[in-house]
Amino acid sequence: MLIGHQPKEFLLAVEALTVSFDGFKAVNDLSFYVEENEIRVIIGPNGAGKTTVLDLICGKTKATSGSIQFRGKELTKLRENEIVKAGVGRKFQTPSVFEDLSVFENLEISFPRGRTVFGSLAFKRDAVVKDRVEEVAEMIFLKDRLTTSAAELSHGQKQWLEIGMLLIQNPDLLMLDEPVAGMSVSERAKTAELLNRIIKDRSVLVIEHDMKFVEDIAHKVTVLHQGQILSEGTMDKVKNDPKVVEVYLGH
Amino acid sequence: MINSRFFNRSELIGFVSLLLLLVVILPLALDIFRLNLVAKYLTYSFVAIGLVLCWGYGGILSLGQGVFFGLGGYCMAMFLKLEASSVANTKIQSTPGIPDFMDWNQLTALPFFWKPFQSFPFALAAIILVPAIFAFIIGAAMFKRRVGGVYFAIITQAIAAIMTILIVGQQGYTGGINGITDLRTLHGWDIRTDHAKYILYFVEVFFLFAAIMVAQFIRLTKLGRILVAMREQEDRVRFSGYSVANFKIFAFCAAAVFAAVGGALFTLEVGFMSPSFVGIVPSIEMVIYTAVGGRLSIFGAVYGSLLVNFAKTSLSETFPQLWLFGLGALFIAVVLAFPNGLAGIWGDYVQPRIDRLLASRTKKSGNGGLVADGAPAE
Repeated sequence: MLIGHQPKEFLLAVEALTVSFDGFKAVNDLSFYVEENEIRVIIGPNGAGKTTVLDLICGKTKATSGSIQFRGKELTKLRENEIVKAGVGRKFQTPSVFEDLSVFENLEISFPRGRTVFGSLAFKRDAVVKDRVEEVAEMIFLKDRLTTSAAELSHGQKQWLEIGMLLIQNPDLLMLDEPVAGMSVSERAKTAELLNRIIKDRSVLVIEHDMKFVEDIAHKVTVLHQGQILSEGTMDKVKNDPKVVEVYLGH
Repeated sequence: MINSRFFNRSELIGFVSLLLLLVVILPLALDIFRLNLVAKYLTYSFVAIGLVLCWGYGGILSLGQGVFFGLGGYCMAMFLKLEASSVANTKIQSTPGIPDFMDWNQLTALPFFWKPFQSFPFALAAIILVPAIFAFIIGAAMFKRRVGGVYFAIITQAIAAIMTILIVGQQGYTGGINGITDLRTLHGWDIRTDHAKYILYFVEVFFLFAAIMVAQFIRLTKLGRILVAMREQEDRVRFSGYSVANFKIFAFCAAAVFAAVGGALFTLEVGFMSPSFVGIVPSIEMVIYTAVGGRLSIFGAVYGSLLVNFAKTSLSETFPQLWLFGLGALFIAVVLAFPNGLAGIWGDYVQPRIDRLLASRTKKSGNGGLVADGAPAE
């Protein structure tokens, strides 16, 4: 575990973070740091608190104690939409896209303009918006599906669409919860390619079970177990850590 | 000229046919008594249009729209009642110059909150602002605390019940169970004559089309798409940087204002306002009009209000006992078989046939001259 208080150098500094649900500590005195342009993967057995950590960072769950500093801003005091504005984007485990809207409209809603009630009434679909939507649609392999309703997309395409919705927000920290779960082999390869392309100029925090995929993308791996860090470091170091083999990889 | 992008083809058909029906066919076909009934039904379609935005698009079911209908109606009724209660008209009362029901309840002066309603501009502003502010308070209290869905529906229903009890209980101030009756003139113009009823009908139709335009405008902005998005994936909207609560408050306030305009027109058309249009039963009936018409269709909402009320009047004239069962059965049938109501039936069965017909005719004649040449100039 890293020790020391150096929030300036890190994009994200999570310190002594604890959340308890009716006395059960889902995340217990957790501290970790994410640097600029780093891809960090969080792994761990079921119930280790991985998704809860993302929930805490994006404001979906309120922390019992501890702090989350993002570029010097304390996130635990902000509301969800303020955290998004600060530059944190979150993708959920099950694809959550707006099925009654088209791919274009899905991406457009995420475009960071006109986010207030009256701003959205006055919002105009101008060339800037159209160009940006088309640019992102091309990155997520959906350029020729812009007018398709999102309900008609395959599972993998929905996952890409949601990643695209985050890209258009242009967050400094992108959090992905199992982005390749339920994808076919070819879709996985394309997703890895996509992620490698979009990590430029931003940091990414990923939860993933697929070890092959983790090895492909991770700069650094954090292993969680029972709400605490079991091991942290490069993939090689973590893979050979006997504690990790015991509780997670061994099974 | 109507912008072709403002209405798509089936909406244009809906718009033109509604315009023909309300402006030409019904005024020519019906006597003034029946036309006044249509005017009464149409006041409910304002509520239904509001519910399309709030419930159909935003997914926020309100079972208390009667409250806002009533607030709008009472604001109008208070103004008209004060005008009807001039000293000359009420000289037989022990306190002349106050509404009759206040005199019967031993009030000797006009209550403070009645006084501003002597001004017509104030009354008009109040018709919009009182329900909007009330809806804002309810909405802020509920949606900021993330109360939604069934819980919200139950709370709005409770508010409808409370409102009725309040109005009935405070009869010295509100006219009680009888409501505010015996309304006569608007700025000296008698609203009870047949001629006035004709004019009021067309005024109402004008406001109805204005309401349709406003609702359609809201639906086509990004806000309209955010309402749909919110209905499906509330969290995704929140984590796209929007304050979901504020958008819900807006939808609820907008629905309240639509309902209030309908209520104010109701008072003018029917000549009185009473708590029987405020409570739980009328509020649920308003939701049924929307469901029958199609909760995703603005035009469907208007047709739904007209049809259900026509059925209500004719059936309750012949079988007064059976009507409520009929209404309940209709609601269950629509929800089970046609979740998108009449508009859904139109879109699924009628519209494709018209499209096929048009396509084959166009192919034969070799041009598209058939399409939408009936668009009216505004």
